[in-house]
Order: sequence, then structure tokens, then C-alpha cells
Amino acid sequence: MEDEHHLRIGSEHDILTARQRGRELAAAVGFSGSDLTIVATAISEIARNILEYAREGEIVFTLVRNGPSQGIVVVARDEGPGIPDVALAMQDGYSTRRSLGLGLPGARRLMDEFDIQSEVGRGTTVTMKKWVQSRSARVS
Amino acid sequence: MAIPILKLGDYLIASIQSAVTDADLTRLQDDLARQVGELRSRGVIVDVTAAEVMDSFTIRTLLDLAHIGKLRGAETVIVGLKPEVAFAMVQLGLRLDGVATGLDLEEGLAILRRVRSSTDGG
Repeated sequence: MEDEHHLRIGSEHDILTARQRGRELAAAVGFSGSDLTIVATAISEIARNILEYAREGEIVFTLVRNGPSQGIVVVARDEGPGIPDVALAMQDGYSTRRSLGLGLPGARRLMDEFDIQSEVGRGTTVTMKKWVQSRSARVS
Repeated sequence: MAIPILKLGDYLIASIQSAVTDADLTRLQDDLARQVGELRSRGVIVDVTAAEVMDSFTIRTLLDLAHIGKLRGAETVIVGLKPEVAFAMVQLGLRLDGVATGLDLEEGLAILRRVRSSTDGG
């Protein structure tokens, strides 16, 4: 079973709404404790990325409940300028703006799966996933 | 909504609520820098107990705020980081290097008093 939730990103308030909404949805699918904060933080980073570089875009949350795998898929999509060098943008400390340059690489570290597709002049799509894990599985 | 700043003796205290926008944080930075001078404050405590998420922009703003304060003669202590927020910060790769932190307001005040007595005394 899957369900999808769309959220437009166009202002600073939308960043707050996105992470709040993401946290609620993550809780609904079975995340708890620090995982909720981790998901909300990653959402905050990519929502801010949309706002800073593309000014507007969309975040789509999909809850995945397939038997043993439960999790949340977060897709951030914009039709902004795109990223000329994705590998460079994914390096720590790289930022053309006022953040710490940890936005995208930071979000990648917080989530289990992370993919970025970008085309100059067409926009950027970030897809990230986090799976609910049992306590015992998380100790590594 | 502006983040209120309380004055307690030589110190200023600001509490960050859960839903602060970037603009609120930037304004706090400006307000604190100004008030440190106007009120001749020697220390600033930023209480983040209510903050559910601290992303890179928030941390960057707090670091800048602490460094601006220092240049104006006031020490900054950040108190009340929730354990799960601290955990997420470490995973994100965020550090609060060079800024004092405390568990709560009480500890923040104790840290400021300690810093002050060591600078006044020596």
C-alpha cells in the first residue's frame, strides 16, 4: 500500500510545513525517536535547497508499506536552473549561498538512499528514502 | 514572529521556538548584536530546548551569532539541545566548534559566570 502527499515549496514557511508534515507522515509509517528528527532534518535541507536555488518547487512524500519494508520516500522536484556539476554540489562544504554547504551531502548522510538528477536549465530532482529499522538491526 | 530577548543582569536570554523561520533567526542575530552593545551585556544564552529540528542554516546562524557576540564582548552559550537533535546534527556533519554548550538555562548561566570570573579575575 502506498500513499502520496504533495506539498508546494515557495516560501520559508513552506520549509517549516514540509518538515512538520514529513515528521507526521514518518511517525504514521512507524518511525520513532531520533529517526523522526533525522527525516525532518533531511527534508528541511532539501526544501531549503529548492527555495534557495530554484525559488519554488514541490516535495512529494510517499509512504511505503510493503510487508517487511516500511519507510518514507521523499522526492524534491524543481524546475530551477539545475546544477552544472552534481558531483561538486555533493561535496561537503560546497555552497554558493549562505548555508554551511552541507545541505545535499548532509541530507544524503541522514537518509538510507539518495539520488539526484539535475539538468542545467531544466531543474533538479532529489529522491531520498529512509526505511524503518528495528533497534537490533540498527546497531552496526 | 520576532524571537523575544530577555535581559537578566548582564546577560541576554533568547529562546528559540519550534517553528522559527530563517527570517526570525536572522533578525535574532541582528537584535542580539545590537542589544549586546546597548545593554553592555557580557553574555548571551540561546535556549533551543523547543527546537525539534536544527538544520544547517539554523546552526550556521547560531555560530555566526556567537561569533558576532564575541566580537562585541559577549560570550554565547547554547543550551537545551535535545538528544535526538544532537544525534541528527552529528549525522548531518554539523559542529558547534568554538561555542559553549550547556544542558539547560541553569548550566548556561553557570558557564557564563565562570567565564566572567576567570576573565575579571585574571
